[in-house]
This record gives sequence, structure tokens and C-alpha cells, in this order.
Amino acid sequence: MKMTKTLLASTAMAAIAGGAMAQEMTIVSWGGAYTKSQQRAYHEPYMEKSGVTIINDDSAAEAVAKLRAMNEAGNVTWDVVDVVAADAIRLCDEGLAMEIDPDSQLAAAPDGTPASEDFGDLLVSPCFIPQIVYSTTFGYRTDMVGGTPPTDVCAVFDTETYPGKRSLEKRPINNMEWALICDGVAFEEVYDVLETEEGQNQALAKLDTIKDDVIWWSAGADTPQLLADGEVVMGSTYNGRLFSVIEEQDQPVAMLWDAQVFDLDGWIIPTGLSEERTQAALDYVFFATDTQRLADQAKYISYGPARASSAPLVGKHADLGIEMSPHMPTDPENAKRTFLYNYEFWADYRDDIDAKFQAWLAQ
Amino acid sequence: MATFKLTHVERKPMSFTMPVIAVTGSIAGFLVGTANGSGLIGFLAGAAIAAAVAFVCISFLSDGMEKLGRWGLFAVLVAIGTVMGGALGFVVSVLFGAFFQWFIYWIGEGRYRTKLAPYLTPGQVLWHFSFKFICGSIFVFLITPILVVMPLSFNAEDFFTFTEGMLRFDPEAYSLKHYRDFFTNNEWQRSFKNSLIIAPIATVISVTLGTLAAIGLSQSHVPGRRAIMAVLISPMIVPLIISATGMFFFYSDIGRFLEGTIGIDKTTVGYIKVILAHAVLGIPFVIITVTATLVGFDRSLTRAAANMGAGPVTTFFRVQMPLILPGVISGGLFAFITSFDEVVVVLFVGSASQKTLPWQMFTGLREQISPTILAVATILVVMSILLLLTVELLRRRSERLRGMSPA
Repeated sequence: MKMTKTLLASTAMAAIAGGAMAQEMTIVSWGGAYTKSQQRAYHEPYMEKSGVTIINDDSAAEAVAKLRAMNEAGNVTWDVVDVVAADAIRLCDEGLAMEIDPDSQLAAAPDGTPASEDFGDLLVSPCFIPQIVYSTTFGYRTDMVGGTPPTDVCAVFDTETYPGKRSLEKRPINNMEWALICDGVAFEEVYDVLETEEGQNQALAKLDTIKDDVIWWSAGADTPQLLADGEVVMGSTYNGRLFSVIEEQDQPVAMLWDAQVFDLDGWIIPTGLSEERTQAALDYVFFATDTQRLADQAKYISYGPARASSAPLVGKHADLGIEMSPHMPTDPENAKRTFLYNYEFWADYRDDIDAKFQAWLAQ
Repeated sequence: MATFKLTHVERKPMSFTMPVIAVTGSIAGFLVGTANGSGLIGFLAGAAIAAAVAFVCISFLSDGMEKLGRWGLFAVLVAIGTVMGGALGFVVSVLFGAFFQWFIYWIGEGRYRTKLAPYLTPGQVLWHFSFKFICGSIFVFLITPILVVMPLSFNAEDFFTFTEGMLRFDPEAYSLKHYRDFFTNNEWQRSFKNSLIIAPIATVISVTLGTLAAIGLSQSHVPGRRAIMAVLISPMIVPLIISATGMFFFYSDIGRFLEGTIGIDKTTVGYIKVILAHAVLGIPFVIITVTATLVGFDRSLTRAAANMGAGPVTTFFRVQMPLILPGVISGGLFAFITSFDEVVVVLFVGSASQKTLPWQMFTGLREQISPTILAVATILVVMSILLLLTVELLRRRSERLRGMSPA
């Protein structure tokens, strides 16, 4: 026992001497090219400025579940968490995220416009600090679609013209909407139809026509890998992942922007942090969501900055030197036909439709 | 000369040679055919060509001409393969050529019986080689998934894909950039360092506690030792995810106590939590291996030591420990490996500053399918092989020194 104690003590000493001198902050995000863009646009300048060491944790996908467990155990180890707007709304409702006053706790635009106006409608929850607008859309293999590249989202359901597998996300959101549009439902009526039992069955019936040709994905990296392998002819994923496949990895893939679905992603600060850590997290968020920083992120990944004042500052890609605005989901050329993820609808119907969708998948 | 031949090495009739070679050829043809679009055509063509070649070789190019037949067959196959399939065709045809030039004569001349007892029936001979083939297949089955990973880790692209360039052996398609990424990327380096901190300390703790427990539990007078043993081994039996959930809440409380009451800083507490959790997982392995070595331990040795005036501690270190050392070392190895590639518990108990290598690989695989994971996997495989090799060499050396023949 004495030996164990000595060992423990020496470990503790070594660890203290090893790395815990500087203040550390754990920031949770999605990993991959996305975390890399945050690292370069936000973390690196912030670490330089403040001397804080930032540690990345790529656990954003299970943020809600983990924050619940941490809160229950009274042991919150995360300082700032990057979540999609829907998760932010849930965390805020459950009291797991802290409420933010945009005008006093976030930076104003350079011309003095208060943050609440600069972010505008994108402040969908009092706890949510928007960061980017991204979209879920399709990419296709240019060498597998023959002479007529698809321009319409319904190409996904057209297995005759475009034979081969497609990859779709393993959840009803977006897939149900696309199915209805391609079954002749008008854009404005999609959610009215989807509210009804028949509407849901109609969407599933449409999805049924391609069920044998679908590879279901659950991580954002799946579709890029499948496209690069030529396993699928087209597939849905986040537009930034496709940008990386096309421009950075130079794969024979092109974008199909039609009927892309916009969504928001941003920061929340967990509740239950010590006063000191809360202040540090607020300081980081104030810095990382100012006009210049949001515009900087667009140099590394093709997601649109959430502030109106950042849009004119979006320039060229930091490494490739290409103009970034044509690759933004918000570019007028790309945004001819778009959806904004309908938070209210999915908040009300998600559990129901999820159950139905999973049952349908298992058939 | 009328010598009596004990073995059955003799030329086989064509009615035996040709079908056997044809079946083998059809498999090779099927592989080549599938790669080029039609398995069936390849299957039939392979069978026909192989049978014809076997006929020509055994009938005309045997005895003194065998060398010519072998090299001729090899050269023709390689030439055809290279012309039709480029660099990849060259490699495939070298493999096939080397195999068939040997196989045809091995079957045709009956050499496969050389090392077998002469009284074996054909059925027994067939079973002998089928058995070897099955064993070989199992080996391939176990090892291929690991081998496939290695060339992919030299991919010049950021995907888990054998690119066309790689198949053509184009040097441009290969690169060391994923290895460079591993050695320069902070996230990977930090997790590597964490694994190197956590695993050895957890191993030392589990070896110490596990050995003591095993020695205690092997004494016949300890009451309820079966029950105690069962409890100590339970971390190995209970599903990991359940232990992990329990540990999460248990160590959260301990962590709060260490941080709040004793005042140790957050990062150190994080390490202590993960190390203790991993030590718990490692203890059963040590207990089991040490208990197994203690079965053969002669108790009269401890009594003899006591008789000569040695205390229990001296007896343990001077008499008992050296004899059970192999069990302790292999238990320690298991404990080390358990900690080194454990992902579930560390995901629950650790926080991001204790991110270990398996954790980093796990998130990397899910969020960005990057071949850096494959580079790390390759490095780890090479490291484990070296580690096992060292232990095995040391074991043989110590056996030699003790005058035993290596088993």
C-alpha cells in the first residue's frame, strides 16, 4: 500500500509539473475540417491573446446526453460547447445551458450595431450564440452520372436516369421533406402535409421506392468517404464536407444545391461551471463571435457567418486562394430553392416521426 | 538396380493431374475474370488453360526438361500478365507464375507424398493437405484485416481508398503525410503522451494489487475466497459499458472530494480517476495469471525459508517472487494492453485533457475518416510485435540461464 501511495503521489507531481501550469479550457465541437477551421480562426488567435490552452473534444454529437450526465454527477468538464440550434433549444429548456444577453455579453458590430440586431433572426434561443449557417445538401460523382448531371433534388429518387446507390442520413429530418417535394408537394405546403398521418405515409412511400438503393449514414464523414470510393453516385451531407471533398481533396464530385436545407450551429455555455470558468468561457465567446472572427472562419470552410456584418468581409480561402463566396450556401446562385430547418415543426413531431421512420427502416 | 522404394513419389496419371490443376486454374481464372468483368468466362478459361498447360508440361517438358518447363511457364505467364495488366498485372502474374510452375510439377510428379508416411490412403493424404489449407486460411482470415490497413496508411489522399495510382504502384500515390500528421499534430501527440502516462502507472498498480490478491487467495485458510475472487474478477465479466457508467458517477464524487477538499488541481484529478479506473480493469488479468503460476508453486519452499529465519517479506521477494515472475509479467502485459486500448471507460471517466490514443482514434474514425488513424494503427501493431518479441526473447533467455530448454 505504501508503494501505491508513493506512486500516486509521484504521478500527481509529474502531472502537475507536466501540463497543468497554464489555464486550460475544454471546447467541444464536431471534429474534422470543422474543428480545424475553428482552431485556426478562433482558438489560435485566442490562445495567443489570452495565454489560455484550449483542448478540443470532438463530442458534439452526443452533447445533450453527456451534458445531462455531467450535470447529474455535478462534474461538468466542458467550458464551451458547439451545438446545432435544435440541441441548443433543448439544452436551454432543460436548464443545462446558460442564458446570454447578446447586447451586453457579445461584441457589437464594428459600426456599432448591437449584437442582437447583427445576428437578427438567428438568435433562436436565449442560450444560443449563432456562429454559422450551414446546409445539408447533395453531392454527386461527376463521372457516374453520364451526360446529364442532375440539377434537381428529385434526381435522388430517379434511379433510372441515375442508377447506383445513394447515401442519406439515418433520420427522418430532411429526407421526409425531400420525398414530399419529389412526390409533387409544393414547397410551401410541405410541413402542412407532413403534419398529417397520410402525409407522413406519403413521404415514406416515396422513400420506399429507393430504399434498396440507399446507404444510410450517421456521421458527417461517411458520405465524403462513400463518394470518394465511388460506392454511391450521390449522397447528402453538410455542404462544408462536400467543399472539402471537391476543392481540397480534388475528387470528381460536384454540388447539387437544389432544395438544400439551412441549419444553424453555434455556441452554448453549460450551467454548473464555477464563477471563474464561466467568466473565461464568456470571454472566449465574446472574442470568437465578433464580426472579424466569424468572417475569418469562412477562410477555412464554406459555412456562412451568422452575423450580417461579417458577410462583406468574407474573402479567399486561406490555403487554396479561391474566392469563398460562391461556395457559401447563402450565395444567391446556390440559394435559389432552399428550406430553413423548421425548428417548431420538428420540436413538435420529431419523436412521433422518428419512431415511424425507424420502424419503416427495420421493415 | 532393384532398390525397394518406400515412398510413393511417382508420376501420376493424366486423369488425376489434369482435373486437379484445372480446378486450381479455375480459381485463379475466376479471380482474374472477376476483376476484369466476367467471373464465369475467367472460371472456364482458367480451367481449360491450366489443364492444357499441365498436359504439355508433364508430357513433354518433364524429366531432364523440367527446368526449362518451369522457367518457360513462369516467363510466359509474367509476359502475358504484364502486357495485359501493367504493373498490377505484373505482380499478380509473378505470384500466379511462381505458384503454378511449382504446383504443376508437385502434383504431376507425385512429389506431394515425399514427406508423408507411405501407407497413407489417398483419402488420408487429401485430408492432410485440406487440414493444412484450412489452418492457413484461418491464419489469413485473422491477419488480412490488419495487413490491409498497412498499405492504406501510405495513401496520398485523405480517404480509406486504394486509389488507381496505388494499384499502379505510382510513387506519387503514396506518401508519408499521415505519419507526419501523427508526429506533428498536437491532438495526436497529446493523446499519445496521455496513453504513455496512464497505461504504465495503471499497470504498476494492477500488478501490485493483483499479485498480492492472488497470493492471499491461494492460501487455503482464507475464508470465503471463492466469493472474494468472483468479486475481484467481476470487472472482466460485467459488460464494460455498465462498469463505465457506474465508474462515471463513482469517480465524479471522488474527483469532487480530491478537488474540493484536498485541493488537487483539475487535470491531475482527471489523471488519477482514469488511472484508478484502468487499474481496476487490469487487476483480474493479473489475478488469473498469477493464480495459475501459484498452482505449481511448492509451499515447502516458503516453510524452508521461514525455517532459515527469513521474514515473510524477505521470503516473498527472495523466494516466491522470482518463481512466479513469468505469471506476473504476462499479467502485467495484459493489464498494460487493456489500459492502452481501452476506449469505453476513458470516454466516460476522463475529460478531454486525458484523451488517450484509442479515444482520439475513435472520434477520428467517426468524425473525419482520416488515414492518420491507419498510420497510428500501423505504428501500434509494429510496437506490439516488438514488445511481444522482447518479452519472448527475455523469457527464453531466462530459461536458458536456469538451464531449462526453451519450450
